Amino acid sequence: MKFDTPAGTTPIDRQTVIGRPHPRVEGPLKTTGTATYAAEHHDLGGDIAYGYILGAAIGKGRIAAIDTSAADAAPGVRAIVTYRTAGPLGVGQFYVQRMLAGPAVDHYHQAVAVVVADTFEQARAASALIRVDYARTTGSFDLSAQKADAPIAPKEPFGGPSQIVVGDFDRAFAAAPVTLDETYTVPDQAHAMMEPHATIARWDGDLLTCWTSIQQMNWGVRDLARILGIPKANIRLRSPYIGGGFGGKGTVQSDLVLAALAARAAGRPVKLVLQRTLMFNNTIHRPKTIQRVRLGAGRDGRLTAIGHDNWSGNLAGGRTEPSTIPTRLLYRGENRLLRRYLTTLDLAEGNAMRAPGEAPGMMALEMAMDELAERLGMDPVDLRIANDTAVDPEKPGRPFSTRAFVECLRTGADRFGWSKRPGSPASRRDGDWLIGFGMASAIRGAPIAKAGARVRLERSGRVIVETDKTDLGTGSYTIVAQTAAEMMGVPLDRVEARLGDSSFPETPGSGGQMGAASVTAGVYAACAKLRDIVVQRLGFERDDVVFADGEVRSAGRTVSLASAARLGELVAEDSMEYGDLSQRFAQQTFGAHFAEVGVDRYTGVVRVRRLLAVCAAGRILNPVTARSQVIGGMTMGIGAALMEEMAVDTRFGLFVNHDLAGYEVPVHADVPHLDVAFIDEVDPTMSPLKAKGVGELGLTGVAPAIANAVYNATGVRVRDYPITLDKYLTRLPELT
Amino acid sequence: MTAVSEVELSRRGLLAGSAATAIVVAAPASDAAPLPQAPAPTSLPVSFEVNGKRRELSLDPRTTLLDALREHLQLTGTKKGCDHGQCGACTVMVDGVRINSCLTLAVMHQGDKITTIEGLGTPDKLHPMQAAFIKHDGYQCGYCTPGQICSAVAVLDEIKRGVPSHVQDDLTAKPRATNVEMRERMSGNICRCGAYSNIADAMADVAGENA
Repeated sequence: MKFDTPAGTTPIDRQTVIGRPHPRVEGPLKTTGTATYAAEHHDLGGDIAYGYILGAAIGKGRIAAIDTSAADAAPGVRAIVTYRTAGPLGVGQFYVQRMLAGPAVDHYHQAVAVVVADTFEQARAASALIRVDYARTTGSFDLSAQKADAPIAPKEPFGGPSQIVVGDFDRAFAAAPVTLDETYTVPDQAHAMMEPHATIARWDGDLLTCWTSIQQMNWGVRDLARILGIPKANIRLRSPYIGGGFGGKGTVQSDLVLAALAARAAGRPVKLVLQRTLMFNNTIHRPKTIQRVRLGAGRDGRLTAIGHDNWSGNLAGGRTEPSTIPTRLLYRGENRLLRRYLTTLDLAEGNAMRAPGEAPGMMALEMAMDELAERLGMDPVDLRIANDTAVDPEKPGRPFSTRAFVECLRTGADRFGWSKRPGSPASRRDGDWLIGFGMASAIRGAPIAKAGARVRLERSGRVIVETDKTDLGTGSYTIVAQTAAEMMGVPLDRVEARLGDSSFPETPGSGGQMGAASVTAGVYAACAKLRDIVVQRLGFERDDVVFADGEVRSAGRTVSLASAARLGELVAEDSMEYGDLSQRFAQQTFGAHFAEVGVDRYTGVVRVRRLLAVCAAGRILNPVTARSQVIGGMTMGIGAALMEEMAVDTRFGLFVNHDLAGYEVPVHADVPHLDVAFIDEVDPTMSPLKAKGVGELGLTGVAPAIANAVYNATGVRVRDYPITLDKYLTRLPELT
Repeated sequence: MTAVSEVELSRRGLLAGSAATAIVVAAPASDAAPLPQAPAPTSLPVSFEVNGKRRELSLDPRTTLLDALREHLQLTGTKKGCDHGQCGACTVMVDGVRINSCLTLAVMHQGDKITTIEGLGTPDKLHPMQAAFIKHDGYQCGYCTPGQICSAVAVLDEIKRGVPSHVQDDLTAKPRATNVEMRERMSGNICRCGAYSNIADAMADVAGENA
């Protein structure tokens, strides 16, 4: 099916199942421990052996010698894979890292060897018997030190142009009556999903099946084929349940490659779970950014000049953290200069983490807007409203498909009680707590891409949907089933969604906030085809056929849907493809975040007291799972604002705090009740569902809202995230 | 042995300083200390009760309770998130008290009564806490969820039994299942998806108190 003109009325608009707050369909499995994650498949045939990775102990250099003889002789050991035995390995198309070190070591904890043994305990013990002599060489580990020489990034497949020039920024900035020029830093951050990267790999002759934990099945097959040098057709990946990803499990990581190699070497299926302590330096992360924001405005607050320069580093061939993305479309302003600089660093690879670009970009831009509002003497909400734009500022002929930005701001301000904001910093107390309010805008792209699905109508009338889309906690199972239920006119419990199998019809998987919109459109297309088959089978001739209540109705005649399949199961497969609507319209999601914090006037401890997110993301397919996506983003935003940082040891070249005690993420005690509101809107330019993703929108803008609240509470501006005690304790207001 | 080797490594690493090139040896033992012979594999018998069922196992003594459950009894509802007591995904109850099953060896539990998520309820017969998690959407990816639920059940029991916490205003008073009290006690169970707000609602629902 082709979608190239904005949707009119569709069967989805009935909203009898879609748009309703159905609990997750897989809830009974997840809450009873019976959902099976990657390392939890037991009946795969053959005796599963255990793999254990030894990570490199240097940041850069080479393996001078490696002696596995003691490990080879250790009890239970079946095979050891190193670069000397692995054979040639390629690299994936999305991640540029090499999955196995040797002889060169590219980054700390890059895998040096995999030990396969009969038990986990044996494999772990044997890995400690491998003797590696390293020749360590000087590496580059410090973005600040490299910044001055970093060139503009080359053209990249994601994130838009590295340099955008509109109008004459320099002249407009120099002429602006009110200006701001500040530099902000966002540190290296870890996805830190709860389920470690894990794979069970099994070879059947030349055919490789892997039970794994990745977000994009199609990229996974592609990248694994490239790395192993085998045909894509020989690979099947299965990820029915994924214990969180946030971009960190986009495609193939070392567990998948090394499990496959280990299983081949051992002649047995191999289970390999990345140790938690390896995850931070072995896999990808969100790379640190240094961002200079320059804003020039008239005294009315209207921006005339917007400059955003972004520096990040990566392994050779790696991408930037494209923090300038949100600045392109959020605010008006005739003169714009956005640049991304990239330098080479010998740390683990930087790559996509939830809202790549937008999340760190907004942490800088929205703190800058808060500072500008103060210089202008304007309310921060009013400043944003004054800079709303109905068109793409780079292409004034291109309107937004929908843009409920101002509505988000006004709704949020009203619901939060923004008018009660302390007018000047450090002016409100509640006992020993300094109280502050802060807010920030939210924006995230609303991409959509070709996705397919197969729908079966069983003789019983049950509907089965198969697609390679994954569910990493996002709600895919539920919204896929809801879409099919709405389209086929059956209750939700008559639909079963089967996901996360690369042998199913292809989708873009879960990533870039495009999963929900894309897959539901694919399911729509397949269901539309199945409806045609049903209509034909049942002998209906008019086009007023209605699918509802398990029945098919037309011109006064009603028959059960199941009767269409009485002679045998009906199957339809289709995909949704797109025309140029995304070029004609700027398709984005918008929001506004509001925060109240308390800062202990003696100790400086920050407590988030309240958070509100107001989001506009087209049709909300399921208010329960969509809200959870948003509160998840808000929680991650608390982490970004106040605690999350992978600390770089610039001497030895590693992230030092590589576990969940050192890399602090929010816990229960950090998170108050979170409030979310959705703007009631549909976007007919997206798909017949008129929906957009929301999972990344919920993160963008949260951290700066909290940061701005800390400023409002204390009068201390910290431009270096996370806002930790060491950066402001000595600057807190005098005790009175 | 591993700890010794790490000390060795970091001392050598420090000595290497910022020299442009240095040889760093990452080996379990230095040249000065001869490699000890790997001990012959041994296994020890252990028996305990899991979810009301007596289980007898013969285990490598290095096997954690977590791995005994997951790998030997195929009870994979109990999750391995970090394998060293930092995330809470492996929370189970031993004789009614919650513990991190990754931080304890299976052979230490001779005769104990262990309750895992599978013992609380099943998809067809949910425990009230499991049902409340579904109702309030107190989970997303589901990986920390069994640990959260085991902890939540145990926390309400701890509050009922009067086990104090440091967020109580009065340490000698009977604790109440307030929002702050429950969040404090649940903070050893990390949820990276960020379902905390909903978990608090689910627990409040089960506790029968308004948070």
